[in-house]
Order: sequence, then structure tokens, then C-alpha cells
Amino acid sequence: MNQSFTIPKFRLPAIIASIGQKLPQWPHTLTLVAGLNAALKMKLLPESELEALEDKLFRVRVLDTGGEASYTYRGGLFHPVFRPEREPDLAFAANLSAFLQLLARQEDPDTLFFNRELEITGDTELGLIVKNMLDAVEWPSLPKLPLFSR
Amino acid sequence: MSSLPDLICPAGSLPALKAAVDNGADAVYLGFKNDTNARNFAGLNFDQKNMTEGIRYAHAKGREVLLAINTFPQAGRVGDWQKAVDAAVDQGVDAIILADVGLLDYARQRHPQQRLHLSVQGSATSYEAINFCQREFGIKRAVLPRVLTLAQVENVIKNTTVEIEVFGFGSLCVMNEGRCWLSSYACGESPNTVGACSPAKYVKWDKQPGAMETRLNGILIDRFGDAEAAGYPTLCKGRFEVQGETYYALEEPTSLNVISILPEIMKIGVRAIKVEGRQRSPAYVTQVTRTLRAALDALAEGSERFHVKPAWQAELAKVSEGSQATLGAYSRPWR
Ligand code: SF4
Repeated sequence: MNQSFTIPKFRLPAIIASIGQKLPQWPHTLTLVAGLNAALKMKLLPESELEALEDKLFRVRVLDTGGEASYTYRGGLFHPVFRPEREPDLAFAANLSAFLQLLARQEDPDTLFFNRELEITGDTELGLIVKNMLDAVEWPSLPKLPLFSR
Repeated sequence: MSSLPDLICPAGSLPALKAAVDNGADAVYLGFKNDTNARNFAGLNFDQKNMTEGIRYAHAKGREVLLAINTFPQAGRVGDWQKAVDAAVDQGVDAIILADVGLLDYARQRHPQQRLHLSVQGSATSYEAINFCQREFGIKRAVLPRVLTLAQVENVIKNTTVEIEVFGFGSLCVMNEGRCWLSSYACGESPNTVGACSPAKYVKWDKQPGAMETRLNGILIDRFGDAEAAGYPTLCKGRFEVQGETYYALEEPTSLNVISILPEIMKIGVRAIKVEGRQRSPAYVTQVTRTLRAALDALAEGSERFHVKPAWQAELAKVSEGSQATLGAYSRPWR
């Protein structure tokens, strides 16, 4: 990938997290789901592995913004879940910079995990499937994805 | 004057393969999406279509593709492993990396033109074992287990015409290549049976206040404080209570890193250096390949002038398991 810029490791002040928690959680949940569905539409995600995601509940928590998004995969699409009624099958938690570094393929999830910058809890095998699935995706140049064009 | 060793990089996916090729690997190694290779993790590895595309990509840039079929055929299913060998030949890979003598024999008989490498899982540590495989199966290269000192590697090279490949960077498997059953002890499955050590379905990361616990099939393997670096959930890297003391009883989570002894490695005539990590992401492959390429290119300009740049070590330390590096057995004073 063309690495014309690098995302530095940073951590937002704790005050932002406490404000973030009080804000409605839906805008970034929708963005995330829209991005995933766009990837689906472009047939970027392998069908064989998608089966394993059916009806699973995922949660992404951004520690330093206090943001949280839950979503599920059902009937060939990702759907936001605004009021999850159970513990997620798989949960990721990290600071914003770590997520951005992951998305830009600047850092490897194992590296972030070893360095304790990325937390993965829940069904480990599901986590591995998701990680390997995203690794195997050949993203078109990133800015074309809705996730990045906001 | 010895020539520069080839840089062999891991590819668990098509983007990782492209990252390796684009960042200066001379060859990539990969595996099929099944238990014929030792990194049989969910979502990883290549189906026929991806492999065809990967091989095309690498060959277009003049790089080699090596295919690992490095697990041992399970009783009653030998045909699956033989089919994998046939499929690899059909795909036109540059070499097949094999561990099992039965499969080596099969490949030799059925596809006499195919270039064969002896896998690290084959556990050949002496030139006698390597020369035997050359005589019987025509192997062109052997990957040495990570148990030999540099002097021992040199002795092997002096006594064989088979090319020698050694590990240069990556997570360490305890000194028992190809023979470890620790994972089976905890969960009934290990690399030599299902192609994966500590399969993910048995692994649980448990977040506790102030610490994270790792369990393999319910067995507590380690507990990391919030500021402590974590490692892979394998038994060999667990902390256990032994005679009243809790410590890494078998091995500390570390990564091998040979950058500082590259001139010696080249001097003794090592043909290729391998990077571990088909389970890692394209980002890791990019970082490690780029760094080792830079080091090897610096070495090509003359080993007298070679010195290790701090930036290389920093880059490699960052991606290491346990964030510590070692020279492993290469610099071991005892034998
Ligand atoms: S338990 Fe450790 S030494 Fe054994 S196969 Fe797994 S990683 Fe290697």
C-alpha cells in the first residue's frame, strides 16, 4: 500500500471519553455498518468465511472517545444493533489511533495485541476468522470506501 | 565469496503475498486452506484461485513461490496429502516444502521434475540426515531447525551440497521442531495433527481488573498485568508454578532476530533466510520484509562496512512477540 502518511500512536485525553459516553452511539455505528456493507457489495469479503458470522453479535469499543458500536451479520448484510441485549460474541477495544492504524494496515493486530494496545475478548476463533478475513481483503484505494469519505 | 542469502517471506493471504513481493522478498512461502500445512487457522491461506493469482503476481516480478505441505499425513487420509502435492505441481510452484518421508517419496516418484525442499518440521539437524534425503528423494534445499549453533550450521553446510535455509526472524517454537505435542496435552490437537498449535476454539482471553488471563481449554496458561507484553496462547510460553515458583518454565515469549549476525550467516554460505509468520497480517509482512531487505542490501555493499541500524532493530522489536529478541540457538555457548 502506498504509505504517503503515517498515523502516529496517540491517546485522546480521558475527558473526551467521558463526553463520548454521553453522546448518542448511533452515528459511528451506522458508519461502520455502511462501510462493511459497502465491502460486501463489492464482493470483497469471502463468502465461505462470512457464514461463520451469521447471527453473531460484535462490539467495537473505542476507549479514548468512549464510543461503542454493536452490529450483527444476518441474511447477507451487516445490521447495527443499538441496544444489545446480551454480551457480544466478539468484542474489540482499543484507542482510536490503534483502530486507525489497523484500518490503514499500518500495524498488525498481533503486534497491537502483544503490546496490549488492542483487546480482544469473546470467541477467539471468531476473532481469528474476522482478522484473517479482513487481512485477505484486497481493498480498493481506501478513500473510495464510505467509511473514509466522510 | 559467498553470495547474498535469499529472503523468504510468509504469506497467509494474497495481500500479504503482494506485500512481501513489493517489499523485496526473493521468495514467498504459503499453504493450502487445509490441514496439510502447519498454519491451518480459520480464514488463513490460499484456495486454488488465490494461489493462481498469487503465483502470477510473484512470477511477473521474478520472485519464487514455495508451497508448504509440512504436516504429517493422518492415518487413513494419506490420499489428501498426496492430492495436495499433485495440486501444488499443477499450480506450478517453484518448490514444495515437505516434512514427511512418505510424502517426499511420493513426490519424488510421481513428479520427478518437481523441486523439493525439506521442511523444518522434518527435523533434520545433521548433514547425514540431509544427505540421506538428497540421495533418496532428491531434495535441493533443507530448512534447519532452530536448535543449531552457528558453528553447527557451518559444519552442516561444509558437508552437504544441499542448499541450507535458516530462520532469520519470528516467534520461536520451543526447541522441539516437528515433534511437539504440548498442545495436544491441553486440547487434543497440535500442529502435527490438525496443523495448528493451540487452535483458537480452545483459547480464551479473559479480561480481569488489572490483568488479562489466557486459558487453553480451561487450563490457565498465563496472566498478564496491564503493562506487560502478551504472547501467543501456547503451552510452551506459559507461566507455571514449579516447586513453589511461578515463571516461564519452558520458554519466554520472544522472537528470533538474526540481523546482528547477518555477515556471519552469509560467510558460512547459508542459501536462504526465512521469516516466520504466515498467521500475521500484511502490515507485519511489509515491516519485516522491508527491514530485512534493507539489511541484506546493506550487507551486499560489503560485510566489513555492515552495521546494524537502530531503526531496523526498533522496527523489528515492535512487531515481536513479547517484544524481546534473541539470537536463539545460534549464539548458544553450550551444545
Ligand atoms: S507448544 Fe510451543 S513449541 Fe509446541 S508447537 Fe506450540 S508453539 Fe511450538
